Amino acid sequence: MMGEEESSKEPMQFLSLNEENTCNDEVLTSNSYSSSRNVITTLASSSVNSQLPAAAGERLVSDPLLFPLDNPSTESYVDVIFSPMDDGPAISSISEPNGTGEILDELTILQRSRKTSSEYLNVTVSDPQKEWESSNSIVSGSNTYVTYLITTNTNIPDYGGSDFCVRRRFKDVVILSDRLNESYRGLFIPPRPDKSIVESQVMQKQDFVEQRSLALEKYLRKLTEHPMIKKSDELRVFLTVQGRMPLPASIDVASRMLDGAARLPKQLLGESRSMIEPQDVVQPAKGGRDLLRLFKELKQSVVNDWGGSRQPVVEDDKEFLEKKEKLRDLEEQLTDASKQAETLVKAQQDMGDTMGELGLAFIKLTKFENEQAVLNTQFLRAVDMKNVATAAVKVSRLYRELNVQTVKHLDRLHEHMGLMLAVNHAFSDRSSALLTVQTLISELSSLHSKAEKLETTSSKIFGGDKSRIHKLEELKDAIRVTEDAKSCAVREYGRIKDNNRSEMKRLDSERQTDFVNMLKGFVTNQVAYTEKIGCEWANVAEETSRYAKEST
Amino acid sequence: MVQSPRSLSSQAPYLTVSVTDPAKMGNGVQAYISYKVITKTNFPEYQGPEKIVIRRYSDFVWLRDRLFENYKGIFIPPLPEKSTVEKFRFSAEFIEMRRQALDVFVNRIASHHELRQSEDLKTFLLEDEQTMERSRSQETGIFKKKPADIMQIFKDVQSKVSDVVLGKEKPVEESNPEYEKQKNYIFQLEDHLAEAQKHAYRLVKRHRELGQSLSDFGKAVKLLGNCEGNSLGKAFSELGAKSEMLSIKLQREAHHLLMNFEEPLKDYVRAVQSIKATIAERANAFRHHCELAETIKFKEIDLNKLRLTRSEKLAEAEREYEQLKADGEELKMKFETIVKLMNEEIARFQEQKTIDMGVAFHELAKGQAQLAKSMAEAWRSLLPKLEACSS
Repeated sequence: MMGEEESSKEPMQFLSLNEENTCNDEVLTSNSYSSSRNVITTLASSSVNSQLPAAAGERLVSDPLLFPLDNPSTESYVDVIFSPMDDGPAISSISEPNGTGEILDELTILQRSRKTSSEYLNVTVSDPQKEWESSNSIVSGSNTYVTYLITTNTNIPDYGGSDFCVRRRFKDVVILSDRLNESYRGLFIPPRPDKSIVESQVMQKQDFVEQRSLALEKYLRKLTEHPMIKKSDELRVFLTVQGRMPLPASIDVASRMLDGAARLPKQLLGESRSMIEPQDVVQPAKGGRDLLRLFKELKQSVVNDWGGSRQPVVEDDKEFLEKKEKLRDLEEQLTDASKQAETLVKAQQDMGDTMGELGLAFIKLTKFENEQAVLNTQFLRAVDMKNVATAAVKVSRLYRELNVQTVKHLDRLHEHMGLMLAVNHAFSDRSSALLTVQTLISELSSLHSKAEKLETTSSKIFGGDKSRIHKLEELKDAIRVTEDAKSCAVREYGRIKDNNRSEMKRLDSERQTDFVNMLKGFVTNQVAYTEKIGCEWANVAEETSRYAKEST
Repeated sequence: MVQSPRSLSSQAPYLTVSVTDPAKMGNGVQAYISYKVITKTNFPEYQGPEKIVIRRYSDFVWLRDRLFENYKGIFIPPLPEKSTVEKFRFSAEFIEMRRQALDVFVNRIASHHELRQSEDLKTFLLEDEQTMERSRSQETGIFKKKPADIMQIFKDVQSKVSDVVLGKEKPVEESNPEYEKQKNYIFQLEDHLAEAQKHAYRLVKRHRELGQSLSDFGKAVKLLGNCEGNSLGKAFSELGAKSEMLSIKLQREAHHLLMNFEEPLKDYVRAVQSIKATIAERANAFRHHCELAETIKFKEIDLNKLRLTRSEKLAEAEREYEQLKADGEELKMKFETIVKLMNEEIARFQEQKTIDMGVAFHELAKGQAQLAKSMAEAWRSLLPKLEACSS
């Protein structure tokens, strides 16, 4: 597609900028239509070409369709679209003096105007900058990375302040995400943006940074919207603490493996305690330092799978299992719907593009006929052509705008699809916690039976064996510790189950709300734009109606 | 109703033709489509008010070539493309488009005040299939101008190279500025129209694609609705149903666009190409006329030489000279006829095209407006149900 600006300028030079909006039917120019147009011209003039910023930019418009309705006094969606029109789709401003400002400036302003709920936590990401890592390492060569300015505005008392500005790099975000995953097992934690190593090499640096910047903002916003995570310390620290982020990276797979490998021989030789410590129990074995525990739980899971022994504690929550199935199903359908939505968006885009190209071709023809005309009939034809061309170009613009809005709305399908990752993660938290419990129970029972054996044998032999008594006491110690661990694990498992339950409820209700809004938005959009498109063509049909009577 | 010959001839003369009932004949590579050509007329030479014959595409081509030969200067109506590839697929749409184009072709001939009087047209409309086939095969190789030949003529006209053969430096071309302008107009017009037609064809495709994607989207949304249940599920399912319904409307509009907008544009392009062929003919006629004029001049010089020497060859030379002069007059007249006809034709052509395009534009606008309005209605009908969901 040739430069959009170029193609839209040509007809505007040729035709007067005065768009004759002779639509006598229902007036349809919505506030969001004209103001979204402003954003688009803003974006076009600030030469932001990729689709993403445009889509994000669109969100800036105070479009009641998009933002959840906090105040019940907002009009219904239909009313918003079908508001009485001023003369022509005049490019009204969105109360933003510097129209060509950055996307993110407008966002901040809108964010600040959203102080409708009593407690708020608003985050913006901006101003990416290159920084150099001071290399103390032997490996020479400077390592550059990008940092982003994270601006927070809040009235949550725990934050001890209302405005914060910190610089963070992507690695910090990864750490935050990992820490949250550890602390909030069982919750549906919004997935963080990808590391996308390939993309960072392939894309233009600037585009990539922009895309990541938006993705980060989206991610942080989602975190602040989660009822439990918004209160987390990890998030607060991330958002407020100046300088280097103090959250230590607790997941460092390489060193953990090394540590674990170092401990293993001792464990196997029985020199260090081979029990699972209670405090370790609250974390999954996978990705942990304790290789032995990993092996034990792996063994347990195999035992479970081969269905040999009946487990004392199993996943028995029928409601949960049903819900899980349903969510699987939902995930499948969401994926499909998401894909079809993409195809639909592309088809709409193509329609708009081709319509525009057709219009341009006719504009060229019109010009040609006007310049070369010898006969009167040619001038008449040129007039007809011009009408058609003008309509086609207008309709093309309408299709494109329709599409921008459609993307906004249908995007929610993608988002909920992404959320499924979080759901799966939370469910796997649950199953690994269950596995831990089961492993500990098996462990306990084997310890008990060992102890029993020792007791019976020692009672047979007269005189008592010192080492055996010693062993027995060790066993009894182990049993105690393991009992504690087991209680911890059971508690953890219960906690995760509760988290799962409350989250599923939350997800269901939020999804329902989101989807209703999505459908409303999508449908209202379609109505508004197709009506407008119909109007344009009806005018041309009217203007060419004399030919209808002449044919046949 | 029987009419006496007198009352028949006192009516305004009419000749209308319809090309209908395409039927697949033969098998495999030999397969072709045959059409029923129904003629209704009160022309006395047509011996009857109605006649039905069976014709195939190559018969139409024969007619076009014959007319091109015999009516130089007149813009012969264009034929749909030969299209050797699609022929094998013979889709219903292709057949219908071809039939429509052939119908238009014959009717244009039948309504042209000069062309309608053609003997060849009469042959085409009245003769039985065997006679037709015979006439058709006779023409192969002699009069049939291959597209390559026409291209060559264009090149001669444009490149001004032909005269190297004749040893002349100046190209043998008309130095008529108005005509030059006209020629440029025609050539440029073809380019512009071809581009518009290209986009029109793409627009048809886009309608089909949008229709398909709406249908797929509708299905997916319905399945999604099944997962949700309750009023939201119902809303999804209704949305899906509407999407599928609109998909059908889009497919229909795609067909309508193809037949009533894209095809007329294509027809316009073909018409312009036909004019280019006439331009080439005119250039040919001009060149022949000029060449002969040169030849006559030389002959005159020779003649005078002979006169001075009082040669025996004088009488014969004089006879030849007179013959050449007569031929020269004929060629000159031929050329001037072409010029006159072309001027008339151009005016007629422009008028006709304004109407044709006007109709096409109207169909485009009408179809698009209807489509858009019915889409709006369909979506709108969902709104109250969606409102009910959130309350």
